[in-house]
Amino acid sequence: MSTATGKGAGLPSGKTKNAPNPAARKLVNGLAFYIVGILIAIVMFLPFYWSVMTSFKPDEDMFSMPIRWIPTSFTLEHYVKAFTTVPFGLYFWNSFFLAATGVVLNLFFGSLSGYAFAKLKFKGNSAMFRVLLAAMMVPGIVTMIPSVYVLRHIPLMGGNDLFGDGGMGLMNSFWGIILPGASGTFAVFFMRQFFLTLPSDMMEMARIEGCGEFRIFWNIYLPLTKPALATLGIFTFQAGWNSFLWPMIVLNDPNKATIQMGLQAFSFNFQTDYGPMMAGALVAILPILILFLALQRYFIQGIAFSGIKG
Amino acid sequence: MISAGKLEKSRPSAGTGLGRHQARMGYLFILPTMLLFAVFMVIPVVMALYLSFTNYDVLSKNDWIGLANYSRLLQDNLYWQTFLNVGFYAIVFVPLNLLISLLLAVLLNRAARGVKVLRTFYYLPTLTSAVAAATVWLWLLHPEYGMVNGILSTFGIVGPAWTSQTETAMIAIIMMTLWQSVGSNMIIYLAGLQGIPDYLYESARLDGASRFDCLRYITWPQLRPTTFLVSTMSIIGALQLFDQAFVLTQGGPANATKTPVYLIYQQGFNQLQMGYASAQAFVLAMAILIFSLISMRLNRSEESIL
Repeated sequence: MSTATGKGAGLPSGKTKNAPNPAARKLVNGLAFYIVGILIAIVMFLPFYWSVMTSFKPDEDMFSMPIRWIPTSFTLEHYVKAFTTVPFGLYFWNSFFLAATGVVLNLFFGSLSGYAFAKLKFKGNSAMFRVLLAAMMVPGIVTMIPSVYVLRHIPLMGGNDLFGDGGMGLMNSFWGIILPGASGTFAVFFMRQFFLTLPSDMMEMARIEGCGEFRIFWNIYLPLTKPALATLGIFTFQAGWNSFLWPMIVLNDPNKATIQMGLQAFSFNFQTDYGPMMAGALVAILPILILFLALQRYFIQGIAFSGIKG
Repeated sequence: MISAGKLEKSRPSAGTGLGRHQARMGYLFILPTMLLFAVFMVIPVVMALYLSFTNYDVLSKNDWIGLANYSRLLQDNLYWQTFLNVGFYAIVFVPLNLLISLLLAVLLNRAARGVKVLRTFYYLPTLTSAVAAATVWLWLLHPEYGMVNGILSTFGIVGPAWTSQTETAMIAIIMMTLWQSVGSNMIIYLAGLQGIPDYLYESARLDGASRFDCLRYITWPQLRPTTFLVSTMSIIGALQLFDQAFVLTQGGPANATKTPVYLIYQQGFNQLQMGYASAQAFVLAMAILIFSLISMRLNRSEESIL
């Protein structure tokens, strides 16, 4: 690590010391950078490599010392076992459904109200926006228990009467996951910031032409925010796919479990079955990995934004 | 903002009819968001405080019991132990997280061939869910056949039984979370580094400053807002630690990795003492608030010294 510090800080400080041979100096610098950089990359990647190898190698290779870095034979039995002992396919679909629904709703409601906060004039606009912003600081743990109460007592849902009594409400239903996160404050904030950068004169023009407010939003402004929508969509999907505690609280029915819940239960119940465990973990990681490799640009933009925000 | 509203009202040009129509549409556009916000944020926050004064247990009881939950909490040793646990976690994790992310960012803040590929590799672990990462690390840290102890043994070191020893269980969580989080903090630091103007370095170098001087007296102070952001986020994250402790160590051994959120989850959803769990959650929320205020204050005072 200490070499890394010295390396990155400056560029050609060899000017005075090694004046006769700056090219050689540069070469050594570059070489050191690649050696350190690649070593760290290997360290970061090793856990992936290790779990992929484990998921494909037979049991007798797994439990051997010293470590066999390259398996002697490949097998798919761990994947077969993971998918047959527990319904990983169903969990995968459940997670996908929840995450995708979350993306669609957040993009729609987030941009709709982000647009209103950024572009439309109405009384209490910025006051309400400030309240939303302040709420971003409320930690999730405070609202966790009362949210369960609220979900249980939603009127006329899940066997409840008009006053929210008698049934389970939205507990143990996908709506209990979808609704509380359907219009995240972050989505509203993120989209508002983006709409603020767009000029308002298009809006004035369209109004003079007699265009309705929703059509101005939907047909003129929303198409301009595609990069922001992509970034927000990816972030929402990742958050939805990876979330664990709240789905575990809301969903009791094993057939409604998400992939994270299924993976946790599997590694808890089959504690020594490391092969299938690694297979399951990789299946849980894969969709986000594919999303990342396909849309890397938007990922990086999103983090840079959350950094600038602070 | 109030003045802007008044301005709008008194302006005669646009015509009040159009203005009113625009306002109506504005309210309509934010209606779904505000409705969901009221039901799933405002009501729960108010209820959280109320429930903490009751013995609500989902099934039968929901009586006002005053401060009983809070006085019980003061004597609850396990509750305070969970704070010590995440305190230890934060003391080790937060500085390491800052240091490693910053070093990675400084290393990769250059225009060389292959830098983007390296960034991608450093970023990959952040894509994993805490549950999947913990499952993988459960196997990595296997005392006999795991990769970590396997590598240690090639250096003649006998590695510990990471997740089942009280001394190392929290270290295991820290290692795993570091692996998982330095990548995204590196990106935040990279954005910060790119915001530092070049002339600062150029003039410092003309004055004969060494690379370390540049790092110490230009990079580090210039990155103060970024450092503040990253450290605040990781302290708050530490106080809300759950997934890793739940999957990797199940809070054990002997409650060594039990975290406040873990305890609240058990109290509320396994033992159904939701009133008491609400009191615990409320105190935790206050702690989170206090810590973000302290770190904000510290950062500011340091700024005035420098």
